[in-house]
Amino acid sequence: MARLASNRMWKWTVGIIAVLCLSIAYAASSTAPQASKAGPTIVIDKARAGEHCVEDTAFMRKNHMKLLMHQRDETMHKGIRNGKYSLKKCINCHASTKDDRVVGSDEHFCQSCHTYAAVSLDCWECHSTKAKPVQAAAASTLPAAAASVAGEKK
Amino acid sequence: MASITFSELKDTSTRYWFLAGLIGLFAALGLGSAYYMEHHGHIVTGMNNSVVWGMPHVFAVFLIVAASGALNAASIASVFGKMVYKPLAPLSGLLAIALLAGGLTVLMLDLGRPDRLIIAMTYLNLKSVFAWNVVLYTGFFSFVAVYLWTMMDKTKGAYTKAAGMAAFIWRLVLTTGTGSIFGFLVAREAYSTALLAPMFIILSFAYGMALYLLVLIAIYTGSGRPLGDAILQRLGRLLGVFVAASLYFVFVYHLTNLYFTKQHAFEKFVLLDGGIYTTMFWIGQIIIGGVLPLIILLNAKLRASRTLLVTACLMIVLGGLAQMYVTIIGGQAYPLDIFPGWKQSSAFFDGAIHHYAPSLPETLLGLGGLAIALMIVTLGVKVLRFLPASLADAEVDPHTKA
Amino acid sequence: MNQPQHEQDQATQSVDTHRRNFIGGSAALAGLTLAPGVVVYGLAHGKTDAEPVTNKVRWGMLIDSGKCADGCTDCVTACNTENGVKSGPLETDPHWIRKVELKDMRTGREQSLPVMCQHCEEPPCVDVCPTGASFKRADGIVLVDRHICIGCRYCIMACPYKARSFVHETLTDQNPDVPRGKGCVESCTMCVHRVDQGQNPACVEACSKAGHEAILFGDLNDPNSDIAKRIASHATVQLRADLALNQGIRYEGF
Repeated sequence: MARLASNRMWKWTVGIIAVLCLSIAYAASSTAPQASKAGPTIVIDKARAGEHCVEDTAFMRKNHMKLLMHQRDETMHKGIRNGKYSLKKCINCHASTKDDRVVGSDEHFCQSCHTYAAVSLDCWECHSTKAKPVQAAAASTLPAAAASVAGEKK
Repeated sequence: MASITFSELKDTSTRYWFLAGLIGLFAALGLGSAYYMEHHGHIVTGMNNSVVWGMPHVFAVFLIVAASGALNAASIASVFGKMVYKPLAPLSGLLAIALLAGGLTVLMLDLGRPDRLIIAMTYLNLKSVFAWNVVLYTGFFSFVAVYLWTMMDKTKGAYTKAAGMAAFIWRLVLTTGTGSIFGFLVAREAYSTALLAPMFIILSFAYGMALYLLVLIAIYTGSGRPLGDAILQRLGRLLGVFVAASLYFVFVYHLTNLYFTKQHAFEKFVLLDGGIYTTMFWIGQIIIGGVLPLIILLNAKLRASRTLLVTACLMIVLGGLAQMYVTIIGGQAYPLDIFPGWKQSSAFFDGAIHHYAPSLPETLLGLGGLAIALMIVTLGVKVLRFLPASLADAEVDPHTKA
Repeated sequence: MNQPQHEQDQATQSVDTHRRNFIGGSAALAGLTLAPGVVVYGLAHGKTDAEPVTNKVRWGMLIDSGKCADGCTDCVTACNTENGVKSGPLETDPHWIRKVELKDMRTGREQSLPVMCQHCEEPPCVDVCPTGASFKRADGIVLVDRHICIGCRYCIMACPYKARSFVHETLTDQNPDVPRGKGCVESCTMCVHRVDQGQNPACVEACSKAGHEAILFGDLNDPNSDIAKRIASHATVQLRADLALNQGIRYEGF
């Protein structure tokens, strides 16, 4: 009885390992769809204002998700908006010049890399994919600065 | 006393596989509905901004409450020392786990963002009953699993009493939490009462025992194993006591509400002119779920008939679902009174009875939860030794009463 | 400007240019200081974007039902436009603010007023949220953090004012300042994105523009603000005051 059970167990184990090996062989073979050897093609629409991102590319590649996670709490809980890592500013720069969006096809900035990396983009359930110019800083400085003076007077 | 042999269902006929297939079909339909709801949003359901909890919650809360009560048969043996119930304990534990799993599945799949379940488990606001429930429900699985282990592993038998006591206390806390989900809501006239926590505990006794009896009779009749009347009569009589206690709690709840003038409008809605809710209350909850089963269960002659016993249990289940419908949906259908003394109306349906009509996807989701629970039991008894080989009177009766 | 008497006597004979310059300079400086204050008089005093909010400020509103015009829904329209909320007659449509028509049960007298999130100090919605997505900001504004909202709708069950709505379908082209999406719960934010930039909520501005001035917005913690002064001197109420939630929204005139 025990020998029978272990025979069956061995058959299953060998079978599973065989299937795994075959899959890996296929994926590595030339008949499988090839990805670019250099990695994903990220579309950065250079026509947008600004020559470069607020951080260098290597840093952003590795850390943009951490920046987003931190910034969202800063904005929600502390009311800090329009800072260096504001999402609106990211979108304003990275939006496609054709339709003002960062998501919509693999030619759009965020989607171009995320499709390659197969990481789902949850942001756009709530956030608009369209660029909207941030209110000119000058317009909001006067009331805020004056008010803080007025506040001191009170 | 002869030792009880537990064995899994070995000779399973086509009837078993047909039943498993049917249950599996409903489970699949439930999962499919969940996908459909998540993909399109809750617009495809009958739930709206006035009635935010609907059929899925009726089923989910019913299953979760019943899960806690299903452990009763085991608790009576381990905690209260009635040895007669000892053979029933493993199945009781399995059913408890299965019902809770089914109920939680429905609850989690109905979330607006079910993909954020990890968030629900990592960000906990400890003032929220829902957050406590995350701990209580997962803890319940662990406690009952350990309890089952002490029962099914002969070397661990010494720990059964302790494990059983721990599971018993845990489930009381859990059901208190479930009742308090509603009891803590100060805003709504249907809730906002400490009575809901103990009421839910008593309801759990009734629903859980009814489902346990149904599952027990179904399995034993279906598999041809002997099931004596003695054990069924004991369980049936106990169930009758639980149903009577449930009716008492409902009576006190409404009596107190009727005493407060400010609650009169709400009581009139539930008891008199609430349409579907009034029908569900009197016909579903009270008559079908309470009075008729009581007549059968408290009368020894009627209780002796297995058909009537099964009918009584089915009626308790249906009555329980009706009670959940009245409590959860009726409680939301009645509008909030933001301006006492004023008649209110607005584009957001202030002052008006809110509409709700169950849709197919959400009903299938609810039924899917029940199916998942039954699937766990169906497969569980086939794979592991939850079932005594025989529950004939001769096996069960000779045990001394503690 | 009060000068000591002896200095004035001394200066009557000849023009004291030093004193004149001093007076002129002080007046100019005072004017320069006051002018921006005059500009923001009646406006909320905001903060710079880089500063976190504190509990030194508590934002609130005072709604005068007596000034609220019958049939007027300017505040509702303004809110919906500002926040991109597409409301409507369906029971699944979201409502961040709504006009409630009241009729006295005994006398039949009618009036109306807007109801929105009351921004309670002890919000039941915050208590019941399992993930803490429903939270109260330091400055008193109650918000839903939609990054961690799981859409369980428990807060909607808990709110005594029916302030919250659930998003039942996929949304597109949201206002970039007001992210909102399917599966999450939402409610009036007191236009937090505007308040943080020193502006008034949209409903307040719209009511002002319409000439009714029924909604007053300001800092409840500042004893010199319009709203604080009015609350201190007039009879105002909080809705369902028996629940002791100490809302930031107060009403008068009913």
